[in-house]
Amino acid sequence: MKLAYYPGCSLKGTSFEYEVSLLKILEAMNIEIKEIPDWNCCGASAAHSINHNLSVALPARNLAIAEKDGYESVLAPCAACSNRLKNAAYELKNDDILKKKITDSLEMPYDSEMSINNMLEFLIGTVGKDKIKSMVKKPLSGLKVASYYGCLLVRPPKVMQFDDPENPVTMDELVALTGAEPVDYSFKTECCGAINSLSKPDVVMALTGNVLYDIKKHGADLVVVACPLCHSNLDVRQREIERKYDEKLGLPVLFITELLGLSFGIDPKDLAIDGHMVAADRVLKKIEGLANQR
Amino acid sequence: MSRIGVFVCWCGSNIAGTVDVEKVREEAAKIPGVVSALDYKYMCSDPGQNSLRNIIKEKNLTGIVLAACSPHMHENTFRKAAAKEGLNPYFVEIANIREQVSWVHEDKERATAKAVDLMKMMVEKVKRDRPIEDVRVPLNKKALVIGGGIAGIQAALDIANGGVEVILVEKEPSIGGRMIQLDETFPTLDCSSCIMTPKMVEANQHPNIKLYTYSEVEDISGYIGNFKVKIKKKARSVVEKDCTGCGECWNACPMHKNVKSEFNVNLSERTAIYVPFPQAVPLVPVLDRSVCLHFKKGGKCQKCYDACGPKCINFDLQDEIIEETVGAIVASTGYDLMDTSMYGEYGYGKYKDVISGLQFERLLSASGPTEGVIKRPSDGKTPQTIVFVQCVGSRDPEKGVPYCSKVCCMYTAKHAKLFAHKVHGSQSYVFYIDIRSTSKGYEEFVRGTMEQDGAIYLRGRVSKIYEDEGKLIVKGADTLSGNQVEIAADMVVLATGVIPKKGSDKLAQMLGISYDKYGFFTESHPKLRPAESSTAGIFLAGMAQGPRDIPESVVSGSAAASKILGLFSKNEYEVEGTIANVNEATCVACFYCQRVCAYNAISKKEIKDRSGKLIKVVANVNPGLCTGCGACVNACFSKSIDVKGFMDDQIYAEIKALAV
Repeated sequence: MKLAYYPGCSLKGTSFEYEVSLLKILEAMNIEIKEIPDWNCCGASAAHSINHNLSVALPARNLAIAEKDGYESVLAPCAACSNRLKNAAYELKNDDILKKKITDSLEMPYDSEMSINNMLEFLIGTVGKDKIKSMVKKPLSGLKVASYYGCLLVRPPKVMQFDDPENPVTMDELVALTGAEPVDYSFKTECCGAINSLSKPDVVMALTGNVLYDIKKHGADLVVVACPLCHSNLDVRQREIERKYDEKLGLPVLFITELLGLSFGIDPKDLAIDGHMVAADRVLKKIEGLANQR
Repeated sequence: MSRIGVFVCWCGSNIAGTVDVEKVREEAAKIPGVVSALDYKYMCSDPGQNSLRNIIKEKNLTGIVLAACSPHMHENTFRKAAAKEGLNPYFVEIANIREQVSWVHEDKERATAKAVDLMKMMVEKVKRDRPIEDVRVPLNKKALVIGGGIAGIQAALDIANGGVEVILVEKEPSIGGRMIQLDETFPTLDCSSCIMTPKMVEANQHPNIKLYTYSEVEDISGYIGNFKVKIKKKARSVVEKDCTGCGECWNACPMHKNVKSEFNVNLSERTAIYVPFPQAVPLVPVLDRSVCLHFKKGGKCQKCYDACGPKCINFDLQDEIIEETVGAIVASTGYDLMDTSMYGEYGYGKYKDVISGLQFERLLSASGPTEGVIKRPSDGKTPQTIVFVQCVGSRDPEKGVPYCSKVCCMYTAKHAKLFAHKVHGSQSYVFYIDIRSTSKGYEEFVRGTMEQDGAIYLRGRVSKIYEDEGKLIVKGADTLSGNQVEIAADMVVLATGVIPKKGSDKLAQMLGISYDKYGFFTESHPKLRPAESSTAGIFLAGMAQGPRDIPESVVSGSAAASKILGLFSKNEYEVEGTIANVNEATCVACFYCQRVCAYNAISKKEIKDRSGKLIKVVANVNPGLCTGCGACVNACFSKSIDVKGFMDDQIYAEIKALAV
């Protein structure tokens, strides 16, 4: 299958660890993806609150390029990107008038039934559980991992068509494949505060704090995410949250690709795990320790 | 030669205000064959009808056209008047110049022209009318009631008390339905089982009622007056006539604590041989073969058999098919509660102390798993704080159903009240969207729950329920104060939406009655024929029609019964003669008509010669089932079907009348 890769801005900037680790595990699994040439911004988060046409046209352009190049499937690892791409495809499919307007302004046709996948859909659906399981060289058994989904992967359910919107389990399944123990907790899809991180940091710290302390309470060693913005709130704001609420968290926040990479036996440095704000050293040591016990 | 009378009705100013009735009369008089034309203020009044009858006599009329209101209104009135003068009632035609002209147009001149056209069409039609005889169908005076809940029991008792035999079929091992599961009833707080069990016993003992429990209707064919019913009596493994209901068998069953009790909504366990509840009617156990060790382990266990004094347990009993012929049917199959798995955020099924309203009824009930003491399922402790969430699934087009389940506002108020009565010093919170308490005494009841029993009502929805340090944290909105609220509760009760009983759509298809997109049976007319289904002879009762409370279910059961008693008060049922008629000479036996007939009215008929040799097969219309809808006429490739009173030549004549 010809797989297109839409990185979006985060994977090239603030969340470079996500891209590095993704490319590393794909290389290990011998799966080839091609970056969509001349891709542009997906429009998140500003476009859809300002201009509806623009919010469809921006992602539609990326899709139209992928279609022209004959791709059957698009991977958008960033939750916001996959959300915007899926939204655009959904609207174009269900609104012929809008479709004409958009394709006219893009001066590109778009008729594709291409599947658009977020990271988790791609790993479970396109790559497959068997393949991933066969790659696990260094099982993470003994490690307790909380999967945090946030909002964009599952909502709106009618458009995303992915997992149970109130109790998603796909990432937990992936965690289980690595041998680690998925931790059940109450705030899997609770809001992290998203982009309010810049304008209303207090709100974000309260919301993200709720999530992190709940995860801590349920005994997790670390958190995995599949969304750059979730990651940034959970990781970058963690020290501030600890200071504000005067309670230690110390929860490393990894991308799901990084966790898979660790279980594949890839060197943490090659997965850019040292690129996070909350150091993962303690967890990495625990993994080594667990491996030595066996 | 036709001798036609045309009568133009003013309907006061209803018609005359917009249509020049005199002009219509004048135009009528000019048509060849019209021997009398008259206009009158109210044709439906007694003097109006009398003048109609006088003119029939005087002018020896052969046909009548009334330019008046819709035939739905007074066609019958005028047909009867004509019949009194010896005219076949189907020689009366109506030109609808009210609903189709005066009420929908403003320009008097053009409205009058349209009224004249419609009148002319009917004159041409009536010239071609043939006498039609109404069809008489013999009636088997016996009724079938499907579903033994309160609505079905009420219907069965009323019919039986009217002197008519009734067959009452219930799928479960006992009659009683949902009502027997309830604790106390709103707004009077009388004990549900105390008022229900006498009715159950009466139904069981009534000489006119034959009760089949643990039985299902397997097949139904036929039509009003003559339905052939096949009832599957599932193998009970207990000989009913010998059983004394002593209980030795279920006490001996080793499978205790293994199977969830359906009656207690999974809050307790039952044995493999069991009665669902102590007051079951009949008090005869059922052996659940899907879990019984005798059936699962090749006949080794027979502890119940050994314990049974009268030796009435028979492992070899088989399903039995019983055939009955009845004249009328009541469909009262009741309801289920919605599966709330789409509300993952409420954690039903995940947290033991998030329960449904029906489960709470069982916790309240003296015959329930906790003998009426409110104990939460997780640890058996009595909760001090309960949050009630209304509209879980109801009024939620995105995730559930758009309609209101009607009973939840009231039973939640009842739950909160009973909780306050049973656990002193406790606190309940109720999340609601609107409070719907419109029947007698209901609003006062809800007020009482708030004001005397101290329930705190919060207008808003719940967004999430999760567990934290032994408490259920309920997050929701209080839209009146505009705040988000979080309540730490010991237990949460979800008022889950009402949906039709599983399988009721299949039953509807078997009965040939219509149902809505949710699966509720549809009334023949939502206001004027609420007890009748779309198929003659089949009546509806209870929640199978849509959400309703106990008094309404009782009323609907009685309504269905009175309709059936009315039907059975005659020896024959009269069907309008305007039904489909097959020209057997030209029918090519393609049976496309059979495929389009929504009423199963068309069957195959073999035509044989004198020696018994088959000559041909043709379509045959069952007059008891045909409604004269005309679908078969359109479907017929060989133009071999007509609906009486709407023959091709009549329709063409109407159209031609427009052309001149």
